[in-house]
Amino acid sequence: MDLYQELILEHSKRPHRMGLREPFDAEVHHVNPTCGDEVTLRVDVEDGTVKDISYDALGCSISVASTSVLATEVTGESVEEALEVFKHYRAMLMSKGKDPGDEEQIGDGVAFSGVSQYPARVKCALLGWSAFTDALAQAGVDISTISSDAAAPTA
Amino acid sequence: MSANPLSEKEVAALRGDFPILARTVRGGKPLVYLDSGATSQKPTAVLDAERDFYTRLNSAPHRGAHALSEEATAAYESARERISAFVGGRPDELVFTKNATESLNLVTHAFLMGGHPAIPGSERFTLDEGDEVLVTEMEHHANLVPWQELCRRTGATLRWFPVTPEGRLDLSDIDTLLTERTKVLALAHVSNVLGTVNPVQMLAERAHQVGALVVLDACQSVPHMPVDAPSLGVDLLAFSGHKMLGPMGIGGLWGRSEVLDALPPFLTGGSMIETVRMEASTYAAPPQRFEAGVPMAAQAVGLAAAVDYLQAIGMDRVHAHEAALTERLLDGLAQRPWVRVLGPTDMVDRSGTVAFDVEGVHAHDVGQILDDAGVAVRVGHHCAWPLHRALRVTASARATFGIYTTPAEVDALLTALDRVPAVFGIETGAR
Repeated sequence: MDLYQELILEHSKRPHRMGLREPFDAEVHHVNPTCGDEVTLRVDVEDGTVKDISYDALGCSISVASTSVLATEVTGESVEEALEVFKHYRAMLMSKGKDPGDEEQIGDGVAFSGVSQYPARVKCALLGWSAFTDALAQAGVDISTISSDAAAPTA
Repeated sequence: MSANPLSEKEVAALRGDFPILARTVRGGKPLVYLDSGATSQKPTAVLDAERDFYTRLNSAPHRGAHALSEEATAAYESARERISAFVGGRPDELVFTKNATESLNLVTHAFLMGGHPAIPGSERFTLDEGDEVLVTEMEHHANLVPWQELCRRTGATLRWFPVTPEGRLDLSDIDTLLTERTKVLALAHVSNVLGTVNPVQMLAERAHQVGALVVLDACQSVPHMPVDAPSLGVDLLAFSGHKMLGPMGIGGLWGRSEVLDALPPFLTGGSMIETVRMEASTYAAPPQRFEAGVPMAAQAVGLAAAVDYLQAIGMDRVHAHEAALTERLLDGLAQRPWVRVLGPTDMVDRSGTVAFDVEGVHAHDVGQILDDAGVAVRVGHHCAWPLHRALRVTASARATFGIYTTPAEVDALLTALDRVPAVFGIETGAR
């Protein structure tokens, strides 16, 4: 089965950059009400750069690994770049298998391309990322560039 | 229970009545449907009955006096009679609702009305500060959240029986939980997660001693075992049609006549009235009082066909069949020490719902591996989040059975489950 790439299993067993750290500008708590998965996520934004993403995640391998990959890929990037990564990652997940993802754009996020074949799991792969964009907004970042596209799924 | 389980031949024959069971999923794999607790599959007799209603009888029941309307009314009321009898009731003791959730909200809403001037005895359905509603920690959200809301709005206090680690109700504090303050006891007959069959008769008796109303969520019992509402001693009993081979969009609320008589209406409008004047109206007797608007007649007719189908097999045999499957699955899981069964691991007061947790692997991931083999189980908290918290698991996988489930399908689940440890790298304790 294509879904469980080695990279996903690795990240779910040993999530990178896990734990809640200070300082931070915003903290959010997101849940997936269908399964009870939870993530608490903090962002630290400094001079338009994502300086730190720290989190505590409880959930399936897809949700934990995707949050781990998020933290790995996006930390140190500018806010604009981070939102671009999110847009490409989300487009891949929503593509029902048509968009395999571009490693140039989303790095290890491409490991989650198989998720797009399973609509019920897209929400798992977006849980941490939705928390991240929500945290950015609460930290005062303008995230309007991502809302013009397809809305988040309501699985 | 001495009834014989269904023979292999009988199950094979009746599977022919369920066209969906012949389909394949995920690249040509035969469907192994073990999610009947969420919704059951429907035999052609049910689909045909619905189609027949629309083909031959379609018109609005209880409206007008033309030939079609009379026939539609007769079909609708015949359905009521058969479905009510199925749970041991008289025709006028069954209210049709959209589903069991609506049935339960119909009851909690009655308490929000604070009594109705046109309905004698309705003052019984009032709650105040100091009053208590008693539920259990194993309730489905449908029999928990409406009571929470009711308590929040009336100032009454919500209390609950906790659950033991073995998945039984912890009744050790019954004397402090069930008291003169208790106005309602609302509980599940069978847990939709644990499969536990609760001691309803005894609890109803205790509740009546303190004058409490007893409301039973029978969604997981009525489709799977003989249920006789009057002898259970409850006052109101909610069930859903789509879990018992019937169509979606219809459920039932059985109620003792004297309870329904005093119950204020829920939805108001056409059909549920006696007289209407511009200033005020009076209301019809039950069950019409609770059926505003054109009813779901075709679904009622479909559900009656489902009841006929189940009765032709016999509910004691349905129960015996599912008990044999449950035992087979529990035995198989017991041989896999890396699996933890939530709920009783023996067959005492236990029904065919088996939820389990693979330690170290999230239920979503377990379900995905099973799904890849064509095995459909439910994953998540199954609308019983507090119960999962109490058992200290985030979520679980749940297999549930129907009359069409075969022992081979139980084995298919176990075989698929054996792939989980390898994929997720967990220790199985195997030598």
